[in-house]
Amino acid sequence: MEKTIYLDNNATTRVAPEVFEVMKPFLTELYGNPSSMHTFGGQVEKYIRESRESVARLLGCDSSEIIFTSCGTESDNAAIKGILSAYPEKRKIITTRVEHPAVLTVCRELQSEGYKVVELAVNKEGQLDLDELQAEVDEDTAIVTIMYANNETGVIFPIDRIAEIVKAKGSIFHTDGVQAVGKIPMNLEKSNIDLLSISGHKLHAPKGVGVLYVRKGTRITPFIIGGHQEKSRRAGTENVAGIAAIGKAAELAMKNMDLENTQVKKLRDKLENALLKTCKDAHLNGDKINRLPNTTNISFEFIEGEAILLLLDQFGICASSGSACTSGALEPSHVMRAMGVPFTAAHGSIRFSLSIYNTEEEVDFVIEKMPAVVNRLRELSPFVKK
Amino acid sequence: MWDYNKKVMDYFLHPVNAGEIENPDGVGEEGSLACGDALKLTFKLGTDGRIADAKFKTFGCASAIASASIMTEMIKGLTLEEAAKITNKDIVDKLGGLPAQKMHCSVMGMEALQAAIANYHKGKGKTVKKVDGKIVCTCFGVTDKEIEKVVIENNLDSVEQVTNFCKAGGGCGSCRGEIQMIIDRIRGKNEAEAPKAHEHKKLTNIQKIQLVQKTISDQVRPLLKAHGGDIDLVDVEGNKVIVAFRGMCSQCPTAEYTMKDVVEARLREFVSEELIVEEQM
Repeated sequence: MEKTIYLDNNATTRVAPEVFEVMKPFLTELYGNPSSMHTFGGQVEKYIRESRESVARLLGCDSSEIIFTSCGTESDNAAIKGILSAYPEKRKIITTRVEHPAVLTVCRELQSEGYKVVELAVNKEGQLDLDELQAEVDEDTAIVTIMYANNETGVIFPIDRIAEIVKAKGSIFHTDGVQAVGKIPMNLEKSNIDLLSISGHKLHAPKGVGVLYVRKGTRITPFIIGGHQEKSRRAGTENVAGIAAIGKAAELAMKNMDLENTQVKKLRDKLENALLKTCKDAHLNGDKINRLPNTTNISFEFIEGEAILLLLDQFGICASSGSACTSGALEPSHVMRAMGVPFTAAHGSIRFSLSIYNTEEEVDFVIEKMPAVVNRLRELSPFVKK
Repeated sequence: MWDYNKKVMDYFLHPVNAGEIENPDGVGEEGSLACGDALKLTFKLGTDGRIADAKFKTFGCASAIASASIMTEMIKGLTLEEAAKITNKDIVDKLGGLPAQKMHCSVMGMEALQAAIANYHKGKGKTVKKVDGKIVCTCFGVTDKEIEKVVIENNLDSVEQVTNFCKAGGGCGSCRGEIQMIIDRIRGKNEAEAPKAHEHKKLTNIQKIQLVQKTISDQVRPLLKAHGGDIDLVDVEGNKVIVAFRGMCSQCPTAEYTMKDVVEARLREFVSEELIVEEQM
């Protein structure tokens, strides 16, 4: 394949060259264990501290509120199970139907263990009914876990308002911020969010490192126990290279926040507008306004997502789909179904997610190729009437 | 990423016989938009009674397109009797294999072919042997006869394989127990040996409540959710299980049985014969 046009940044991102540089010493000469008494190991500790401060600056919180984990999924598990374990008398969990599996699967497992789980519905734009949330949170509610922004559609929930509602009712609020952090500004000190999950590889750090923000004073039981690392809140020898990487990535994300909301948004809008115009029977999925600047999710009716992706792949174009076939499941994406997207459109939904590394030439190339891909499959489709 | 072989990718990227024959002798349609894949097959017979031309139109993934395309090649030149003998396994073999989760694409090809042949016979005024059987998987509308066919022809021995081949059991999952029984029957296992040992054991109260809870969340709730409803377990008093129905289930008009009977049947099957279900008003 000649070139790769990577428009799947909600799946994972390239490691920023600056981030890779920062990691190198910890994979070569600085291999010491930060817990060691000797200088050789102990000198590494300071890099972890710097990284913690950098992540705290991005989130607008205190560095003591940052716990390093191995990934976003671990952060989600640690938040939900840690709170339930700290409040054993409370038996109710509130979440939404459009959460990432890292949250939804955990909640459904807990439901089978006897917890009462409420999955809030979304409307066709992918937005919640906050009155319904307000009515559901009660004194039996241990935790409310609602994502900041949706990975498939980019739809942003009004998280500060949601956190306020949950706080007023005296419950704990966790948000999966994996897709939102680095793309939209946040200030946790001024919000009522108690816990927030981050994944390194969604913001140009490598896979294998994540963060859980825990507001000071939040009662939570550690998820992984063992040694005293992370002040006994998360045991296990630190992934020093990964931690250094996510610190650098957080610094870059702060610097590039404007670019995300100008340059990246402009390219996304160009791509979206062109595809909706040139491809017949194509619709945008999700709230057009309250949305991540880098994501667009478009349904192409009468054709199937996996076939679209494989044809795009022939041109080196990387995207993803909510079609059943791509995942090996038999039903299309739970997010599309929750939004009431008809099956006819859900199977043909394609997500393009951009990053600051994408260029206008790349977007133009996709705009040029896409209509032919769609038409070619439509010619094969028994549902297209000539 | 699927591990498609070169032949599958060739037939997907350069499908042969794509299209639709005008005034065909037989038309077969299988699948639907809702199911995620669908196939329309048309053929024309030559003067010698053999299939002279065949074309397909497919909505679906690469393997669905490749399966349909190669099948049209396979049936050209065959008599209808010969074509009727083609199984999904023949299609998979011709393609040089498909990923396990994609087997249902080849089954769709075979079913469209059979539907097209039946359509031809019907057009000629002959009676068509109707595929009877009862629906096992309500999510994808798969009957016990269809499940039996894929199990026998492909020598399947797990529910997961059946799902891969004909989708049955891949939706809400509430029919998986029934699919296992069909497999066991074909495999010649005694149904009485099916793992239901706990049924006859004396359960303690705690075990009973846990099992009721598990049965409701694994067997009942998915079924109700698929129809827009939900169920809450309110209490268990001796052999009396008190439940409350939520959402659309509380007033579902189309149900042949009341929801209470359905829940009771499942609980009796999986927990204890003596249970009685009561609805909290």
